[in-house]
Amino acid sequence: MLAAIGVESMDDLLVDIPSSLRIHELKLPDGLSELDTMAEINALAGKNRVFADRLTFRGGGVYRRFIPTAVAAVTGKPEFYSAYTPYQPEASQGTLQAIFEFQTLIAELTGLDVANASLYDGATAVAEASMMARVHTGREEVLVAGYLHPEYLEVLRAFGEGRGMKVRRGEEPTAKTAAVVFQQPDFLGLLVDARGLTEKAHAAGALAIACVDPISLAILAPPGEYGADIAVGEGQQLGLAPSYGGPHVGFIACRKELVRRLPGRLIGTSFDSAGRRGFVLTLTAREQHIRREKATSNICTNHSLCALAASVYMTYMGEAGLRQVAETSFQRAHALAERLAKLPGWELAFPERQFLNEFPVIVPKPGPVLRKLARKGILGGLEVGRWFRELRGVVTFTCTEVNDPIAINQLLEVLSS
Amino acid sequence: MAERRYTKTHEWLTIDGKTATVGISEFAQAQLGDVVFLDLPSPGRKIARGESFGVIESVKAASDLYAPVGGTIAAVNDKLTSNPELVNSDPYGEGWILKVQMTGEAPADLMDEASYKKMAEGSSD
Repeated sequence: MLAAIGVESMDDLLVDIPSSLRIHELKLPDGLSELDTMAEINALAGKNRVFADRLTFRGGGVYRRFIPTAVAAVTGKPEFYSAYTPYQPEASQGTLQAIFEFQTLIAELTGLDVANASLYDGATAVAEASMMARVHTGREEVLVAGYLHPEYLEVLRAFGEGRGMKVRRGEEPTAKTAAVVFQQPDFLGLLVDARGLTEKAHAAGALAIACVDPISLAILAPPGEYGADIAVGEGQQLGLAPSYGGPHVGFIACRKELVRRLPGRLIGTSFDSAGRRGFVLTLTAREQHIRREKATSNICTNHSLCALAASVYMTYMGEAGLRQVAETSFQRAHALAERLAKLPGWELAFPERQFLNEFPVIVPKPGPVLRKLARKGILGGLEVGRWFRELRGVVTFTCTEVNDPIAINQLLEVLSS
Repeated sequence: MAERRYTKTHEWLTIDGKTATVGISEFAQAQLGDVVFLDLPSPGRKIARGESFGVIESVKAASDLYAPVGGTIAAVNDKLTSNPELVNSDPYGEGWILKVQMTGEAPADLMDEASYKKMAEGSSD
């Protein structure tokens, strides 16, 4: 092949790269056979400490949930399971229909008019929604009320630097506030006054952005009902493995009036020349390849396969299934909270506040307690003082449907011993 | 009726006292094709001459709209929200876009109908 293109060696292909920038000798060991490779990788993987789902009581944004086998059966189909999401309508009706169904499910779940094809994760969804508000209102400040996930806040601040957004934590919007962002339930698992915050935002001429837990919407009022303009969230709980914190899927939905500011891909329905219903990209003039630097967002893609998993999960569970998941988690978490609060020296951090399936507890000597649990194969709660100084000594515990009563008993036994 | 004058970026304006009415030209609407959406500012906002004050989107393209004069936006044509096609059907009448309360005089380098036509015809191919 070298002869065919008229050069003598591989090095001749690299002459344009200065010698000082080239690595002349890679000090790598010889290759291994597949069998040896598997053995080595398995040995390395064996060093990981993997906690069983049922013995994991930590959430903080990523949750262990039961994932029906139907999810992998559909997402594993080769037509979907490709490295690239094709958007051409003439070649990709199945993919586009799947995205359209995801959008429909998210719009129904949030009670808003329109949802996009998905975003990367909950953190970028918060940042993208804030940018929508920034552009829509022409105002610079994004007000973060209460305990938003600290990593979401960090991502929001990073986005803000490049886009002229000033992020402030506080409760009182002003005439400079583009949006009030709040999380429901908040990072600690506690319910916030979503309606009150929304009304406060509107009174100041700002938009209200609700960052919501999708499972919680089976039993809580959806953002559209209390008047939020934009709803965003992390969709990992809808059929995706915790993995190493990703890949996950973000969702974003808004009122119809804001659709021109909505970032990312949007699929709509249309009719072909023979009058048959079909699915197509729509309103693309919002996007960066057309609007260039004036687009609200530079997102021109989505997490299609993850969004598909979420669609299969929601469709398979149905309204009753989602409600059952949310209620079971709620009941188990409340039973656990009651028992934890009875341990000597332990108490609920905010006993007057309501929660769903995650809650903050004041724990004496949390470090040693969590290490003791880990030695017994149990992943205890999350020390939130790491991010919030006023919450030192506070640990958030989580229960979902996978934490069965026997697992909860095991946790209590270790803590009581 | 005041004389209609034009910019190089294909906006037109007529001036009545200190108020300028702004739209896009017949040539511009024909080039854009069916207009489907206009993103317009709220009244009260101050704009500088030459500043991009909004976006017009057609089935073919999305283009910026530039202010031919500086001042405060006195009114926007609300009818365009539900009927953006008015820009196509009646660009010099019902399809007007903004009214601007001017600060200072109208710029001298605006074109009259004849010289605008000449420029537009020269650029159309």
